Amino acid sequence: MLRAALLVAGKDLRIEWRSKVGIVQVLPFAMAVLVLFAFALDGNRSTLRDVTPGLAWIAMLLSLLLGVQRAFGPETADGALDALRLSGLEPSGVFLGKAAALAAQLLALGMLLGIGVALFYGPDAPGVGGWVVLVTTVVVATTGLAAVGTLYGALSAGIRVRDTLLPILVLPVVMPVLIAATRAVEASLGIGAELTDAWPWVGLLAVFTLAYTALGLLAFGPLLEET
Amino acid sequence: MTAGTTTRPGTGTRGSRILGVLALAGLAWLVIFGFLLSPADEVQGDSVRLMYVHVPSAWLAYLSFGVTAFCSLMYLWKRTRSLAWDRVAGCSAEIGLLFTGLALVTGMTWGQVTRGHVWDWGDARLVTTALLFLLFVGYVALRRLPAAPNVRAKRAAVAGIIAFLDVPLVHQSVEWFRTLHQSPTILRKDLNPQIDGVMLFSVFVGVVAFTLVYVWLLVHRNRVAMMEAQLEAGGLEQALAERRGEPVGTAAVGS
Repeated sequence: MLRAALLVAGKDLRIEWRSKVGIVQVLPFAMAVLVLFAFALDGNRSTLRDVTPGLAWIAMLLSLLLGVQRAFGPETADGALDALRLSGLEPSGVFLGKAAALAAQLLALGMLLGIGVALFYGPDAPGVGGWVVLVTTVVVATTGLAAVGTLYGALSAGIRVRDTLLPILVLPVVMPVLIAATRAVEASLGIGAELTDAWPWVGLLAVFTLAYTALGLLAFGPLLEET
Repeated sequence: MTAGTTTRPGTGTRGSRILGVLALAGLAWLVIFGFLLSPADEVQGDSVRLMYVHVPSAWLAYLSFGVTAFCSLMYLWKRTRSLAWDRVAGCSAEIGLLFTGLALVTGMTWGQVTRGHVWDWGDARLVTTALLFLLFVGYVALRRLPAAPNVRAKRAAVAGIIAFLDVPLVHQSVEWFRTLHQSPTILRKDLNPQIDGVMLFSVFVGVVAFTLVYVWLLVHRNRVAMMEAQLEAGGLEQALAERRGEPVGTAAVGS
């Protein structure tokens, strides 16, 4: 299963690396969203500093939608999905691989977004404990987002109206991630919360991630069979 | 009447008619209890009567989506896989949306009357219910897309389980969102610490009546869905057969 996962993840990341869509389209899009928020909030630095975590996570969620479409776009073209079925790879391995590739891209995007946020919104730099919370939150949350995203990507593969369907399916489901990750990052940056307040939120994120990874491992087989 | 029932296709049967009558009687009973027999609340006044619709609809929202999730599981499990499960899952979700909408509207009305504003982000249950509504709007939207029946069923089953798994997570996050972030706002429990016996019974009446309505709707919606599936499967052949049977066609071929 792990070997299959590595193969699929490697393939997906190679496709992304060669197409450069992530760098020339998704990243600029996320940055544009950050700039939009700044204008919407009158470019007021103190307001922006307070709402930094929430805005950053919304930019992440919107980018997730693009990432999911990217992850399954090449699969549905030219019957690639049939080839994947014929390959004899375990469906759970395919799920893990695709989710891992998506998580890796989201993490990279998250880091770059973090730099953008630091430049544009100017939140206070976290201390050592803050960094630990921040990094844990981002890793756990992006993994959870990638798991749900991969499930919905497979589910909607081959649907003609996928582009409009995905947001209404994905956004309500990831709402707990938005709430929990925002609160945890707020705590890590010391915005209206203590550092220790972050851990219940990180726990909730972990439950989310585990639940959807487990569901993905179980449900990917039936989904891949004949959609 | 006997001739009518045999020739006119419909979704009613003897059993569902009895059920329908019971549901109507339950609703009438609820109206009598809700408006006449139960007293107005000391603090909330007559707005408390909204509860007799609000609580049952909220209960049915969760029940119907629970049924959807259960049927989705049964469909995905190979040994019980049958399109009948898928059909019930879809029908239950549609009816669930109706009751969720009703719970939201009554909850918001209650909020306007007692709290002075329609929406309160501190009200965990209201916010959770709104998200539940959105989750299952997505589910129903997915079901509406044309696809082969088994493909659609599989997609819908996974989506139904994803959405249902999300409900406790949403609830927990919204609950903490309030307690960890904002200062505690007025809770419903504080407004109404003890519930009057007649009021409690009226809520119970509402739950029974609404559940009967739900079952009645489910039976009929399921039968309509069955007929839709039959039409989808046999519609083309029937149309072709009818077309071939037309006299104009035969005349044209003959000449």
